[in-house]
Amino acid sequence: MSKFLEVTNLNVTFPTADGDVHASNEVSYSVGLGETLAIVGESGSGKSVSNLAVMGLHNVTRTKITGSAILNLSDGPVDLISASPETVRRLRGKEMSMIFQDPMSALHPFFSIGDQIAEAWHLYNKGSKSDGIKKAIEMLDLVGIPDASVRVHDFPHQFSGGMRQRAMIAMALVNNPSLLIADEPTTALDVTVQSQILKLLKDLQNEFNMAIILITHDLGVVAEVADRICVMYGGRIVEDASVEDIFYRPEHPYTLGLLNSVPRITSGLSHRLRAIPGQPPSLINLPSGCSFQPRCEYSSRVSSGACTESVPALNDKGSGHLSRCHLDIADLNDLVKDKA
Amino acid sequence: MLTYVTRRLLYTILLLAIVSLTIFFIFDLIPVDPARLVCSKQCTPSLVEANRHRLGLDVSVFEQWWRFMVGLFAGRTFGEEGIAITCAAPALGYSFSRHECVTTIVSQAFPYTLSLALGAFVLWLSVGISLGVLSARKKGKFADRAASVFVLVGTSLPTFITGILVVLFIVLQFNLVSPLELGNWHNPVTEPLGWLQTFFFPCATLALAYAATYTRFTRSNVIETSSEDFIRTARAKGLSEKVILRKHTLRAALAPIVTIAGLDFAGLLGGAIITEGIFGLNGLGKLSIKAVTQTYDLPIIVATTLIASAFVLLMNLIVDIAYAFIDPRVRTS
Repeated sequence: MSKFLEVTNLNVTFPTADGDVHASNEVSYSVGLGETLAIVGESGSGKSVSNLAVMGLHNVTRTKITGSAILNLSDGPVDLISASPETVRRLRGKEMSMIFQDPMSALHPFFSIGDQIAEAWHLYNKGSKSDGIKKAIEMLDLVGIPDASVRVHDFPHQFSGGMRQRAMIAMALVNNPSLLIADEPTTALDVTVQSQILKLLKDLQNEFNMAIILITHDLGVVAEVADRICVMYGGRIVEDASVEDIFYRPEHPYTLGLLNSVPRITSGLSHRLRAIPGQPPSLINLPSGCSFQPRCEYSSRVSSGACTESVPALNDKGSGHLSRCHLDIADLNDLVKDKA
Repeated sequence: MLTYVTRRLLYTILLLAIVSLTIFFIFDLIPVDPARLVCSKQCTPSLVEANRHRLGLDVSVFEQWWRFMVGLFAGRTFGEEGIAITCAAPALGYSFSRHECVTTIVSQAFPYTLSLALGAFVLWLSVGISLGVLSARKKGKFADRAASVFVLVGTSLPTFITGILVVLFIVLQFNLVSPLELGNWHNPVTEPLGWLQTFFFPCATLALAYAATYTRFTRSNVIETSSEDFIRTARAKGLSEKVILRKHTLRAALAPIVTIAGLDFAGLLGGAIITEGIFGLNGLGKLSIKAVTQTYDLPIIVATTLIASAFVLLMNLIVDIAYAFIDPRVRTS
């Protein structure tokens, strides 16, 4: 059965004076209605770039995009990569929406919150100005803004960070889209507000049966809301599995490294966090073979230097758990046990 | 909002009072004695003293300023008895070189200056903003390059060169405007064509340098605003590029232009000395430069200086109020 969004072999390249930046390489993922896919990775791993390509928000003259991103709408599938910019524009805000990391700079400082939400609504609905404001109040109420009928006339600077993100969510969902891409929606917020926003997204998903793509570098956020996780590194997906599998049975050394660098409540006080040594790779000159190989502590276990010679394929090593590594899983599990 | 406007208005009035007092103190320090200047060749100390009294210069600077202020609201009489001359409010002083009330002289000159400033303002804003937006949208393309040539030419050509070239070619060579007609006053309402004939080329000359600066400023503002997160949000909403540019980008990009445009316009209302001089327009600029360099007519200099600074202060006030309407962040803080 096809999912709502199916991204296949997506490549995003930015030609620069120093050479092509391969921000996203052969990226494939999919997300169904009512499902949350988390895309995890460090800065520059290509997680935002891939999703901006899906939304058609890259500058076409300065970006090379290949591959496909099929949106399975009720009236037939649309490939967002090959479709005309105008076609994709008419899907934005209606079928797919996006919210961003910094809700302060993402809202226009000169227009009231209500006007900005109403503007999105008017784009796809016929109605008077007051209908738009009514809809905006309804949406603000839905996302948990108190006194929505008063606050609707406020400007972004009169809202707190958490409220601004709620307003962004209200704006993104005003036309009831089937896909919401949330690009680090909680990164700029403090921890208590973070969990409120995540809970809100989860509640809204249950109510409207949306597909959500959650882009984040915070594994804690992922554990809370995601159904499935894609781990990205150096513009490639290195592991793609269910939340359970990623947290309890990671198969890629990078995922393992990420998990080791997060404090666990069970590990006790004496346990020191282990950082992954080295630096993320340059996206202009990706290392030959596996892009994680220079930082990988297990690469020596793989015979005949395969790690430096060929990019490992994203293999299904068991019931929908995909991993891009030359190492045998049995070996990795043994190694992990040794350490523990 | 109302308290904001009231506060700014009171502040402006206070500032005007301080500026005018400062002007009086500065001109008191200038080593030119008007009482001696108006004296004939057979000048005696007693005549100078009499003149000084007649001109109202025999009292302290503060007293002079106070009389000026009162005169502004109540009118003022210069001299006594038979030779007394009364200038009606708002009295800006009495010109001893032209034997006329300064208010009369200024009100004759002001229409020229206003026409020139307003015409140039409209020209440079429309040309500068549209070229700036065009070159920002076509960044790196032919239109952008052409606009940058215009910017380079406009900013590097001083007004006295452009003005002279315009007079030389357009007036003398091609006779688009008759040299005899140059500088004649026409009422813009009753004779719009005559007015255009007098003012179009001076306005264009004056507008050129401004248009170039505004093109560059608009271009960089539009480019900068286009990369703002809220523009990406507008795009993510599904708005068309046209709406994004017209509503979202321009609103934010042009807000700072309101400030500088207001101040540039205010500066010109005090008189455009070079342009007025070249095209023979008897505006405030020509009036004040003549008073400074030829007649040492202190009352005229005081009045024109004060008018120029009053325009700057007033425009500042208008810009601040306009800004509060444009940017809601100013309104509430």
